[in-house]
Amino acid sequence: MTRRELPDIAREIVNSAKDGEEIEVALSRGRSTTVNAYRGEVESLKSGSSQGVGIRIIIDGCEGFASAGSLDPEIVSEVVNEARQNLTFAEKDPHQAIALPDGVESPRLDLFDRSVIGISEKEKIAIAIDLERRCLARDKRVTGVRASTWSDSWAEFALVSTAGIAIHEEGGNCSVGAQPLAEESGETQIGYYGDMARRLEDLDLDKVVVEAVDGATSLLGATKPASQRVTVIFEPSVAAAFLGVVAGSLTGDRVAKGRSPFAERMGETIAVADLTLFDDPTDERSLGAENYDGEGLAARRNDLIVSGSLNTFLHNSYTARRLGVISTGSAVRVVRSRPGVGMHAMQILPGDRTREELIHNVRNGIFVRGVNGLHSGVNPVSGDFSVGAYGHRIVEGSLGEPFREATIASTVQRMLLDIVEVGGDFEFLPGGTGMSSLVIAEIALSGS
Amino acid sequence: MSEDLAPEPLLDPSLVETTLRVALAKGGEWAELFAEDRQSASSSFDEGRVDSMSSSRDRGVGIRVTVGEITGFAHTSDLSSEGLKEAAEVAASAATSSSRTTAVALNGDGLASTRVKMLPNLVSKESKVALLRRADEAARSAGGSISQVTVGYSEGRRRILVANTAGIFRADDQVRTLFSVNCVATGDQGLQTGRETVGYTVGYELFEENDVAALAERAANRAITKLRARPAPSGELPVVIKNGGGGVLFHEACGHGLEADLVKKGASVFKDRIGQQVASPLVTLIDDGTMGVEWGALGIDDEGAFTRSNTLIENGVLTDYMWDHLRSKDAGRVPSGNGRRQSYQHLPMVRMTNTFVTNGETEPADVISDTTHGVYVAQLGGGQVNTATGDFVFGMTEAYLIENGEITEPLREGNLIGNGPEVLKNIDVIANDFAMGSPGTCGKDGQGVPVGDGQPTLRVSALTVGGTAA
Repeated sequence: MTRRELPDIAREIVNSAKDGEEIEVALSRGRSTTVNAYRGEVESLKSGSSQGVGIRIIIDGCEGFASAGSLDPEIVSEVVNEARQNLTFAEKDPHQAIALPDGVESPRLDLFDRSVIGISEKEKIAIAIDLERRCLARDKRVTGVRASTWSDSWAEFALVSTAGIAIHEEGGNCSVGAQPLAEESGETQIGYYGDMARRLEDLDLDKVVVEAVDGATSLLGATKPASQRVTVIFEPSVAAAFLGVVAGSLTGDRVAKGRSPFAERMGETIAVADLTLFDDPTDERSLGAENYDGEGLAARRNDLIVSGSLNTFLHNSYTARRLGVISTGSAVRVVRSRPGVGMHAMQILPGDRTREELIHNVRNGIFVRGVNGLHSGVNPVSGDFSVGAYGHRIVEGSLGEPFREATIASTVQRMLLDIVEVGGDFEFLPGGTGMSSLVIAEIALSGS
Repeated sequence: MSEDLAPEPLLDPSLVETTLRVALAKGGEWAELFAEDRQSASSSFDEGRVDSMSSSRDRGVGIRVTVGEITGFAHTSDLSSEGLKEAAEVAASAATSSSRTTAVALNGDGLASTRVKMLPNLVSKESKVALLRRADEAARSAGGSISQVTVGYSEGRRRILVANTAGIFRADDQVRTLFSVNCVATGDQGLQTGRETVGYTVGYELFEENDVAALAERAANRAITKLRARPAPSGELPVVIKNGGGGVLFHEACGHGLEADLVKKGASVFKDRIGQQVASPLVTLIDDGTMGVEWGALGIDDEGAFTRSNTLIENGVLTDYMWDHLRSKDAGRVPSGNGRRQSYQHLPMVRMTNTFVTNGETEPADVISDTTHGVYVAQLGGGQVNTATGDFVFGMTEAYLIENGEITEPLREGNLIGNGPEVLKNIDVIANDFAMGSPGTCGKDGQGVPVGDGQPTLRVSALTVGGTAA
């Protein structure tokens, strides 16, 4: 099979549009490798190529979609036919249409570092093996590492439509992750930490080792806390998980369908004045940085909550049309599904004080290192949440004994108003979110 | 009755043999070719109209080569002989010893065929839209407080072929059909949701035995009931779980910890515990991939092993773990039919199929009347477990208070949290009303596979309920 350029394949399909048809073609092609090390040796070496095509065809507000994991011409034409057939069963939605170019300039960030595709297999293997060795060496209580992993991937993406959108982007990254097991007095704890970057030099292996190992060892001897109402400090990754839920309910999709607890609250105070939350894919420091959104509109900064007040919802072109506003360039898209709407690179405006100072201020509370059950424990429609939590007790301003097997519960609405302080310990998390610790008052902790 | 689907392999046997020979050419000891062709379609109905209809197709091959403890793996969507040769060479490169030529002889003992009565893709899309509409109408007429209804239909056909250098050449044709209804009810104190799902490893005949209108009414009533729900209590309480409503508890609380890959790496709280009493003597736990039409049923697993019924815990004693090819070879035993993968792009690992607790002897009504103060969980949501410690959490999507032996007020959503080994010991009554639960998707290391679970009504003497009420 001769290799054709993605924009050429896409343009050919778009040019075949029949009268009255709007067509949007998304194509991707990528390669990835993963190396797993175990007990000083390669455990598995995985590599593969992948391809994808996703086609939306709209006639007079009726949309059909089809996709496939192959660019084989026979399959691509099957996808076009399926999309065409599917739209005949859709019912008219006057707001449904392909995104129109809006004249906003793309930030034109240089987000692809070619060096990431030149890393040798030998080097990848050496890093995975070294990561395992360093986890074992850091603490005598580490008895094994369930997985010590290197991964890298490269992909190109093209989006072409009858509305005049035509983009072609290329990206790559590398990542590492470790899951050490720590044992003491017959008890085992497992830790995990990973990092991802656009270039090998930007991976922080030291931090991965420290966070992964300490994540496991610090929980040894953890006990169930007593049920009570306490002040809680979320470390940045936990704060990011919760604010991610908040951001999800500030999307046009949820708002338009009446599935957001914040739907009717534009301009109102929904959080404490210390909280400013925004999405900024134009900030190159974030791994979530992008030049375009999922519909090919320029990426841009959007301020969702400014000093506690609800400033904007996020929109793609569909939700914007539906609510009579303009797209905020917030379409999220994978080739294999229709465009959605969401954050690309969430950030918080940091406070001033260090994590130690935040802890120092708490008389009786908990420092939450991680939560689980977020996917089952949060109802994004009602805002109720109840999730498993683990971390450390805070006693008279200092970190105390570890705890586990507890839940914290509240509502997302309540939590935003119960924020006592935003930490100054701002960092970009491996997923691209820029976040600080959050101190929250009066959360119900359930234990024994 | 039903007609066999034509058992036509996805790839020509001679091409498979050639590819496997290439895979072994660099010194590999064992090689496997996994081919997959998956076609699926889904449609959703939202805000009273057809929201979207979509179709998808995935076709590709994954090639695995092992040498000692090392696994090489490559996948491709290019099924031409050159594409397969290239993937085989990449997978083979994990082996470093001298090259050699190996004979590969395949024996086609298992070109299994799925017996479905009605292949969903042969049913008209009009008929599917009519089902969606019927469910939407039924949910909306369940009560004035129902403000939103989303209905979803999906069908999938997954044809696989597994061949390896030990001679296995087997195929399976897996057809699954699923229907779900989500409702939102609006009341004075905000919004509440209710969900119901039905899905089996069957074709369109799913709808001969399952009425989508009744399903929709149940989902709607669940949301309506929760409008008057009060906050769930907080702290340790006896918890009664309705039959078929909480198999996920066992999936999370101990199922994952009984997967041999986790056990081997010391990442399971159940390591070195075979033959020991790990649960209340009332508990017998089985994982069974052969269960007819259940959501986790398979003819063969994704490594070509025939599925089986495997007893994991018998009368509270741990009898066995679940195994895949690599781990069973290591332990010198036969695989248990639990080697599964999300797609041809993934390496297989140990996974559950249909996991369930068998019947006890008590009448279900007696379990409730015997509980003075506790929580009755009619439906559990998703969950998560830390296999190293056994700590788990999962959401209650329909729950009630039990007061003086009677089910009283509905409770708002909350999580249950506990520790697998402790919960297994704390099961103090099991009823005789076994039922399978809703179809589920189990995620492990980023791979999702369909699974089933089930259990009779049972009681855990103490579980931590993570509500907000005192």
